[in-house]
Amino acid sequence: MTTVLAAEGVGNPAANIGIFALFVAITLYIVIRASKRNVSAAEFFTAGRSFTGPQNGIAISGDYLSAASFLGIAGAIAVYGYDGFLYSIGFLVAWLVALLLVAELLRNSGKFTMADVLSFRLRQRPVRIAAATTTLAVCLFYLLAQMAGAGGLVALLLNVEGDLGQAVVIAVVGVLMIVYVLIGGMKGTTWVQIIKAVLLIGGAALMTLMVLGKFGLNFSEILGAAQSAVSGSANEAVAQRDVLAPGAQYGASLTSQINFISLALALVLGTAGLPHVLMRFYTVPSAKEARRSVVWAIALIGAFYLFTLALGYGAAALVGPDTILAAPGAQNSAAPLLAFELGGVLLLGVISAVAFATILAVVAGLTITAATSFAHDIYASVMNSHRVTEDEQVRVSRITVVVLGVLAIALGVLAAEQNIAFLVALAFAVAAAANLPTILYSLYWPRFNTRGALWSMYGGLISTVVLIVFSPAVSGAKTAMLPDVDFAWFPLANPGIVSIPLAFVLGIVGTLTSPDRGDPEVNTEFEVRSLTGVGAEKAVVH
Amino acid sequence: MSETHHPSTETAVSAQQYLVTQASPEFQELRSRLRRFVFPMSALFLLWYFLYVILGAFAHDFMATKVWGDINVGLLIGLGQFVSTFVITAIYVRFANRDLDPRAAAIRAELEGGAA
Repeated sequence: MTTVLAAEGVGNPAANIGIFALFVAITLYIVIRASKRNVSAAEFFTAGRSFTGPQNGIAISGDYLSAASFLGIAGAIAVYGYDGFLYSIGFLVAWLVALLLVAELLRNSGKFTMADVLSFRLRQRPVRIAAATTTLAVCLFYLLAQMAGAGGLVALLLNVEGDLGQAVVIAVVGVLMIVYVLIGGMKGTTWVQIIKAVLLIGGAALMTLMVLGKFGLNFSEILGAAQSAVSGSANEAVAQRDVLAPGAQYGASLTSQINFISLALALVLGTAGLPHVLMRFYTVPSAKEARRSVVWAIALIGAFYLFTLALGYGAAALVGPDTILAAPGAQNSAAPLLAFELGGVLLLGVISAVAFATILAVVAGLTITAATSFAHDIYASVMNSHRVTEDEQVRVSRITVVVLGVLAIALGVLAAEQNIAFLVALAFAVAAAANLPTILYSLYWPRFNTRGALWSMYGGLISTVVLIVFSPAVSGAKTAMLPDVDFAWFPLANPGIVSIPLAFVLGIVGTLTSPDRGDPEVNTEFEVRSLTGVGAEKAVVH
Repeated sequence: MSETHHPSTETAVSAQQYLVTQASPEFQELRSRLRRFVFPMSALFLLWYFLYVILGAFAHDFMATKVWGDINVGLLIGLGQFVSTFVITAIYVRFANRDLDPRAAAIRAELEGGAA
């Protein structure tokens, strides 16, 4: 029965749409209620720094657990087994970098964006423009991945077929996102993320319990059943896989093994350089609350990835790899098909709505980050004719939200066929190479100067993008973006292993070759403030 | 806009006060405690993570060794990454609450109180 339904979308599309509409109605009501005080820049960009650590931690997990995490990782585990699990470990361990090295000092020394921290001691204009450029690049790649994912989901969940149907759904997601961000600002966006995180993690927990219940709470039984379902596949390449050990996806050759290490490097160092994650540290009143946020985020994200392990193997065991691969959306459909198997139309409807909410919330978080960075870092420092007030920055960023929303819809329609995981990995690689070295150097190395920052940021961004363009991900392979041409000379689809060390080295070389030692008084003030929180931006008092 | 940027402060602390604070033994103690904890700990978890990644990339047979039922070494080391992440988080929070927060609060109180 599942097979027949899967061939033409599963469950009842009307139920899926109905539950999603309910989610939109409830969140929209909350966003409108939350937006009453959205007038000042601190309100619009950072929700008045009024969220508590636990609230912000839940919102961070809402921002971070994208559709790629939920559908992509569960699907990868269902089809490739262990290799899918490796992604989730990189995504989780990465949070220790944010917790130990970045979150608190960043909160103490900045205001709205990452560039605030850098321009505290470096020359303001060039550094702001560089930081905003890398921020916009990361947000754009991440945004594309989410919008492309929305298109793919539609075919499966709403039974909307054809390019026009997908384009309409992508447009609906884009317009809703614009509405949330314009009305709600950072506060409304944060509430959407909190609600979505609770639904997503709760839904995954429920499904995990149901899967465990089917196997008498014995995890080893799930693994055994998953392996025998995969071994029984009609597809010989799939049937040969050992899904309980690494190597099914990345073990074929030395190149693919190095490619895998390169991906692992970008995942673990990318998180603490993701601008939409960094911006969330400014929505809490103090460094201590920033720390509590990360602790909550680590607990929730860790628990969620443990659930996806059970869901992935559960989907392989209960639904079977052949049914998953035959469904529209292929491996991305593993989690929804498992939901249908476990709880019928209702659970599938809930999980589908959660998946849409996930895309919507992540897109909203990315957009407000990109718009803030454009207004606060580029517009305000390029407009030299007059001093740009914070109110004007809010106005500019509202316009930017609309422009970005329309751009995201257009690009999402064009990118509907692209590989989501590849786009997300690209965003992480750019964040790790272009942002993290400069953030760490400016927090911990007093000698670090403007030339070091510019070389590291532009060097990291350009090398990552150039290596990707000339990699087998873009040309010269069957799975490439442009399979018919071949101009690839770089053998790895993941450039991190080259571009991340390069950006770290460029930061050192650029700094040491420049006579600029900065202003010792400013360096001293920065160090005292970043470590103690003296003069840090406080919560808005109502 | 000026070339160097000073975010708005609610308390005016002079450059001289920052210099004095930075040179004080209390501040140096805070700085060195922070660095002595976060740098070795970061090195530790990154080494442990890359050990896992390299085993995952090159030691397939070792990772496939069955330990109990269908649970193998690879799965246990993978779950070990979760455990180590949770444990390091807990140790850091304890350390920060006990060793960092009181020191940072004392310096902050002195600077902001002295400026008022």
